[in-house]
Amino acid sequence: MSNATEAEYEVAHGRPKAFYENFERKDELQHQTHYCPGCGHGIVHKMLAQAIDELGIQNRTILISPVGCSVFAYYYFDVGNVQGAHGRAPAVATAVKRSQPQSIVIGYQGDGDLAAIGSAEILHAANRGENITVIFVNNAIYSMTGGQVAPTTLLGQRSTTTPNGRSAANEGYPLHVSELLATLEAPVYIERVGLGDNRQVAQAQHAVRRAVENQVRGLGFSLVEVLSPCPTIWKMSPVEAQHWVREVMEKTFPLGAFRDRTKDAPAKAAPPAAPALEDISRILGVADEGAVEEIDAEAKGAVDLQVRVAGFGGQGVLLLGEVLAEAGLHAGLQVSWLPSYGPEMRSGTSNCHVRLAREPIDSPLVVHPDVLVAMNEPSLHKFCASVPPGGWILYNGETVPAECERKDLHILARPFTHVADELGDGRAGNMVILGALLEATPILPQASVDAALGQLVKNPRWLALDERALARGRELLRESLQGVCHDG
Amino acid sequence: MTDAGKRDRGLLRVDQDECKGCGLCIEACPPHVIQMMERLNHYGYRTAVYAGAGCTGCGICFMVCPEPGAITVLRLTNRPAGRFDSEAEGAKRCAGN
Repeated sequence: MSNATEAEYEVAHGRPKAFYENFERKDELQHQTHYCPGCGHGIVHKMLAQAIDELGIQNRTILISPVGCSVFAYYYFDVGNVQGAHGRAPAVATAVKRSQPQSIVIGYQGDGDLAAIGSAEILHAANRGENITVIFVNNAIYSMTGGQVAPTTLLGQRSTTTPNGRSAANEGYPLHVSELLATLEAPVYIERVGLGDNRQVAQAQHAVRRAVENQVRGLGFSLVEVLSPCPTIWKMSPVEAQHWVREVMEKTFPLGAFRDRTKDAPAKAAPPAAPALEDISRILGVADEGAVEEIDAEAKGAVDLQVRVAGFGGQGVLLLGEVLAEAGLHAGLQVSWLPSYGPEMRSGTSNCHVRLAREPIDSPLVVHPDVLVAMNEPSLHKFCASVPPGGWILYNGETVPAECERKDLHILARPFTHVADELGDGRAGNMVILGALLEATPILPQASVDAALGQLVKNPRWLALDERALARGRELLRESLQGVCHDG
Repeated sequence: MTDAGKRDRGLLRVDQDECKGCGLCIEACPPHVIQMMERLNHYGYRTAVYAGAGCTGCGICFMVCPEPGAITVLRLTNRPAGRFDSEAEGAKRCAGN
């Protein structure tokens, strides 16, 4: 055809602008996707890209890619892109939409991602009525991993893990995600479409656009489920696979709108903008880096204090560790606080690992503590051998049992709970021990300890008691150092 | 062109490098004016190719094609030859058939 003739034509349907010019994942053929010939993903991608073009939202669209064949969506769409952990796209989309309310957030997921590992996320995002758009591509099988059974696999459909066909008795029934979500109050628009023939494709294109447009209008949660061919895993030609969508898949997954409040749903008011980054520390009530209390010059140098605090739930084990870690944070150190406890809130075993260091902390686990705080005898038995020579054991008891006696470290055994009783309340025993600990390991300035305590203990009566308890603990340790000779 | 002096309403271009030869456009085309090429492209695929006449410009082949820009559909304008917008010009550059 001559140029003169071509000049009389103009492009009516061409590559959408929402796609990158070149897909840089591959070295060659950079305008071609990684999808197999005849894959439904490419078709749905194009519909989505067209919707983005038509609505003029490319510069404020954020696409959440899933795990699965379409994980590389971020190589194709020239929009903001986040790739979520398996099944978590709706949770990621929620966070993005709430922190960037003006953005148009589109979650793109397959059935292995959305209907299996991510079934909780999609259910709750839909139930919250998040103002997001979800494109759910259902091909009734796990394709990227080679064709295992999915929640959406049809009864009788063969897969590598249902070689004789899916049976309801063994694998249950195909999960109808759209119908399931349509039982919820919040969603605005839920429709299942297919890619089985020209008419279906046109309908799908319309539905995808509407699902995105609903978000632009601020209506709420919209989801389009697309029955999509996977010729490779279904072991069919692309045209056969297209027919299979229409003739087989559609019988299990009927097409149609299961929820459509597009016409009468009111636009939601935009949520308040997220706070500025510099205001976060103030809002959370944590000291920002400028306000850090500097440690005494003489104490500067290598700091790597490892503490294990153990006892039973209710003794203040975790709070002791928390105050210590918070004080370290206030003093500009790297800190970690790792609690470990059973399901019981009271009387179960409870312990925590605390590390304070100048250098970044590699692991929050404390296996060989410099200081072991044992709030009861079982904890002492359990951990006394783990303290390296030269370390400290602070034991909440009159005397250390013979089997835990060690000559190669410092031991302070006092009935700290009783000491606290005398101060006003036995529950402050943890702070008496903390006072002793701070005195034994003089790396934190008192100002940091005060700040941490003030932050964690809000009740003024308790705060006053805890301050007295800390001071008493320091005294006890000083007295013990004067009165007793320790072998180092 | 179907007959002398009368232009087709549509015109089709298939990018031979991008097409993977799935055949969905051939199946979808209402006037059946897309065919599979006999020879392979340099990547090893038999690709779709416009028969050369009869395109109505409906665009359904574009929508069923899984590749972003393997198919470009053009429509006849009423404007005189020599005047076309930049979009058409861009499409001419990136999609030749």
